[in-house]
Amino acid sequence: MTTFSGFQARLPGGPIESRWERTKFEMKLVNPANKRRFTVIVVGSGLAGASAAASLAELGYDVLCFCFQDSPRRAHSIAAQGGINAAKNYQNDGDSVFRLFYDTIKGGDFRAREANVYRLAELSVRIIDQCVAQGVPFAREYGGMLSNRSFGGAQVSRTFYARGQTGQQLLLGAYQALSRQIALGKVKMFPRTEMLDLVVEGGHARGIIVRDLVSGRIARHAAHAVVLATGGYGNVFYLSTNAKGSNATAIWRAHKRGALFANPCYTQIHPTCIPVSGDYQSKLTLMSESLRNDGRIWVPSKKGDARRPSEVPEVERDYYLEKKYPSFGNLVPRDVASRCAKAICDEGRGVGPGGLGVYLDFSDSIRRLGRKAIEERYGNLFEMYERITGDDPFAMPMRIYPAVHYTMGGLWVDYHLMSTVPGLFVLGEANFSDHGANRLGASALMQGLADGYFVIPYTIGDYLAGRMEEKLDPAGPAFREAEAAVEAQVKRLLSIQGKRTVDSIHRELGRLMWEQCGMARNAAGLAEAQRRIPELREEFWNDVNVLGAGESLNQSLEKAGRVADFLELAELMCRDALERTESCGGHFREESQTPEGEALRDDEQFAHVAAWEWNGPGGSWTRHREELDFEYVQLAQRSYR
Amino acid sequence: MNLKLKVWRQPGPAAPGALAIYEAPDVNPDMSFLEMLDVLNERLTASGEEPIAFDHDCREGICGSCGFVINGLAHGGQKGTTVCQLHMRHFRDGDELVLEPWRAKPFPVLKDLIVDRGAFDRIVQSGGYVSVNTGTAPDGNAIPVAKSAADVAMDAAQCIGCGACVAQCPNGAAQLFTAAKVAHLALLPQGQPERFERVEQMVARLDDEMFGSCTNYGECEAVCPKQIPLDFIALLNRDFLRAKLAPRRQPRSSAAGVG
Repeated sequence: MTTFSGFQARLPGGPIESRWERTKFEMKLVNPANKRRFTVIVVGSGLAGASAAASLAELGYDVLCFCFQDSPRRAHSIAAQGGINAAKNYQNDGDSVFRLFYDTIKGGDFRAREANVYRLAELSVRIIDQCVAQGVPFAREYGGMLSNRSFGGAQVSRTFYARGQTGQQLLLGAYQALSRQIALGKVKMFPRTEMLDLVVEGGHARGIIVRDLVSGRIARHAAHAVVLATGGYGNVFYLSTNAKGSNATAIWRAHKRGALFANPCYTQIHPTCIPVSGDYQSKLTLMSESLRNDGRIWVPSKKGDARRPSEVPEVERDYYLEKKYPSFGNLVPRDVASRCAKAICDEGRGVGPGGLGVYLDFSDSIRRLGRKAIEERYGNLFEMYERITGDDPFAMPMRIYPAVHYTMGGLWVDYHLMSTVPGLFVLGEANFSDHGANRLGASALMQGLADGYFVIPYTIGDYLAGRMEEKLDPAGPAFREAEAAVEAQVKRLLSIQGKRTVDSIHRELGRLMWEQCGMARNAAGLAEAQRRIPELREEFWNDVNVLGAGESLNQSLEKAGRVADFLELAELMCRDALERTESCGGHFREESQTPEGEALRDDEQFAHVAAWEWNGPGGSWTRHREELDFEYVQLAQRSYR
Repeated sequence: MNLKLKVWRQPGPAAPGALAIYEAPDVNPDMSFLEMLDVLNERLTASGEEPIAFDHDCREGICGSCGFVINGLAHGGQKGTTVCQLHMRHFRDGDELVLEPWRAKPFPVLKDLIVDRGAFDRIVQSGGYVSVNTGTAPDGNAIPVAKSAADVAMDAAQCIGCGACVAQCPNGAAQLFTAAKVAHLALLPQGQPERFERVEQMVARLDDEMFGSCTNYGECEAVCPKQIPLDFIALLNRDFLRAKLAPRRQPRSSAAGVG
C-alpha cells in the first residue's frame, strides 16, 4: 500500500469564466505522433467511460477498455430516463452558463467546488452539439429545432431529451463512437471482464488486475494511466434504482491502494420510484423526475384514509409540495421532495400497502393537454409503470416512494480529475466532483459526458507528457503481488462453504443502511450501524456460501466479491455521516434542521470536502479536509418556497 | 401459485446441456420473472446446487442484458416486454414453463441461459455510427431536423440489442437489429454522408457472422420488446439496393477517422 502525503486540488485562480481556458493553455501537450506510444486503461463503458475511451482513441492513444457487461452498450447509464441539462438558452428564458453553474452549486447545497461546476456548465453546451452530430435523436419541435423540458431545482427549461430514454440514446452515441474506434483498432475492448485490483508501482497507477467472467482467468494489464469510470455505489443499500451489477469494487480497491474517498455519506434518494411490493424485491424502478413537470403529488389530508384516489374529493387532498413550496411546487430538488414524502408517510398519511407511497397524479394535465400530449411525453414510462404494478396511470394516479438512486460521493479527484494516486483518473459518478451534497436532475448525464468527451482528453495529456520513456512491466513485483491477492480472495470466497447466500447478507446490509444511513440519519442510529456492520462482515467471511468454481462463469462468485467490498464501504459511509453533524443536501442529520424541517447546514464547521484515507482493514481511516471557497455564489440557506 | 420449470442447464460452452426440472412453489403474482428465478436460485444455493445462470442487469427493460425463451417465445411473448419486466401475474397456477437460451448459431451458449451476443457488437463496429470526432460538431440547432424524422429515427434507435429477434426467427436472421441501426442513422441528416457505405458494410457483416437470411416471417417484430416494426427492414433493403445500384464509389480510406 502506498502512503498518502497531502493532496492538492490544483484549482486555477483568476476570473471564473476563464479558468478552464487558462488551465487548458497551461497544461502540457503530447505531440500527435507520440500519442500512440501511450497506453491508457479505461474501466467502465458508460457515458463517462465510453466517451473517454472513444475520445482518447480519436486523439491517437492506445486504449484498453473494460466492462463487466457482455457489451459496452449495456452500462447502467442506459437507464437514465429524463434528460441532460445544457445552458443553451434556446428557450430564450434567461438561461446562461452562469445560471446553470449557480443552480448546480445551490442544488448541491454549497458543497461542491466552484471551479469544477463552472467548467461543467461551460462544457454542457458542447455536449449537445457533439451528441447531435453523432445522430442522437433528441426530441424536436415542429420547426426542426431542439426541444426542452423542465427539471427540478431550476426555473428555466434547459433539459434536452429523447423521450424517456435519454440515457440510452446518449450512451448509444458514445457506444457507436467507441465501436468505430474498436473497428479502427485503436481501442481493444474487454467485455465480461471485471477489474479486481489496481496496480500501483513507484507511487503511480500502472495497471489493473482483471477476471475474465467467462473463463474465470485472472490477468494483468499495464498502462501509462488508468481511468476509472465505474459508476456509483448505491447498491450498498441492496435495493436501489441501480442495475443489479452496478458495484463499487473498482473504486473501492483503488481506495485501498491509496486513493482518497470523498464524501461517502452523500447519497441521493430519488423521490419518484415505484414502491417496494414484497420481500423478494430485487431492485427498485425509477419513474423519471420529468413526470413532475405534469404530475401533481398529493396524499389525502386525513390520516388513514383508505378510499380509492378517485373517491377523494379535491378539498380533501393535500398537494403538499405546491402548498409548502409555491414557487417551485412539484419541481423542488430531489432531496427536498424525498424528505417531504417520508415525513408525510411517517405522519401516517401515506397511500398503498404499508402506507409507503404518495400519489403522482396526471389527471389535471390530461384534462389540460389531452391524453395524446401526455402519451407523447411519457408513454414509455406509463407503460413501464403498468407492466410492473398492473395499474394504468391514465386511469388512476401512480403511487411513488423515494429510493436510493445516485451517490454524489466517490473517489476524490483534483481539477484534472486525477485521484490522489498519480496516473489514476476518475470520471462520472465514480468521482465526487461536481454535485456537492445533492445532484440536480439531468445533471448526471451532463457530468459523465463532460468528463469523458471534454475534460480527460486534455488533462491526461498533461500527466502523460514527459513519461514516454517509462516502460510498462506487467511481470514486475507490484503486478505479481496484486494478482496473487486477487487469486487468494477468489480462493478464500470459494472455500468458506458456509450456510448463508451472498444475497441474504447483502439484503441485511441494505436494510441496515436504509434504516440508519438512509433518508434521515442520527448519531445513535449511525453508531448502531457502525457496530453492526463489522459483525455482518465477520459473518460473511465465516459463513457465506459461494458454489461453483473460480475458473468458470460464476455469478455467485462475482456477487460475493462485490458484497465483500460493500461491507467495508458501508462502514465508511456511516462513519462519514456520523462525523458530518450538519445536514446538507441528501445528507440529513435529524439533529440539524431548521424550524420548518429543512436541512440546516453548518458552514462554519463543514464547508469542506471530507476525504478519507484507508489505513488498513478493520475500520481505520484518517479524515482529511479540503476547504471549499465560494467567491461567486453566496452561501445561503437554500429556499425553494 | 405453483409452477413447474424445465430449465436448460449447460455448465460451459463446450459441455453438453440438458433440461433440468424444478418446482417453483408460492410464486407471488407481483414478482417479476427474474425475481421468481432469484428465489429459486436462493433455494438451489441453500441445497448445494449451483444457481441457474442468466444474464440480467438493469431489470427495467432497457439495458438489453436479459432474455431467454419461455415455452418457445423469446422474453415470454408478452407484447413489448423484456423478461425482466414480465410479471408473474401473467401466468397461472400449475403452469409448466420451459426455459431455454437464445438458439442461434451466431449466439453460442456460454452457460445455462447465457449466450454470447458479441456478433451484435461487431455488426455495429462494421459501420453503425456517424464518423464524427469529439470536438468537431457545429451548434446543435445548426441543422434543423424535421420532427417526424427525429421521431421515426427514435422509433428505430430504441432497439436494446437483446437478440430476441434473432432467437425467434426461424432463419436466425439479424435483419431487424441491423435495420434498426441503419434506419436510425439513415433518417437523420447527420447520417447521410455515410448512409450507403454503412448499409453495405453492415449487411456484409451479417453474412460474415453467419446470421440467416431474412424471408419476412415477421416473428422478430412480434417478440421485439421495443416493438420495432418490420418497415425498417424494408428501408434497409431499399437502401441496400440503392447502394448496390449506385455507381461504384471509391473504397473507403482505411485511415478515415484517425485524429
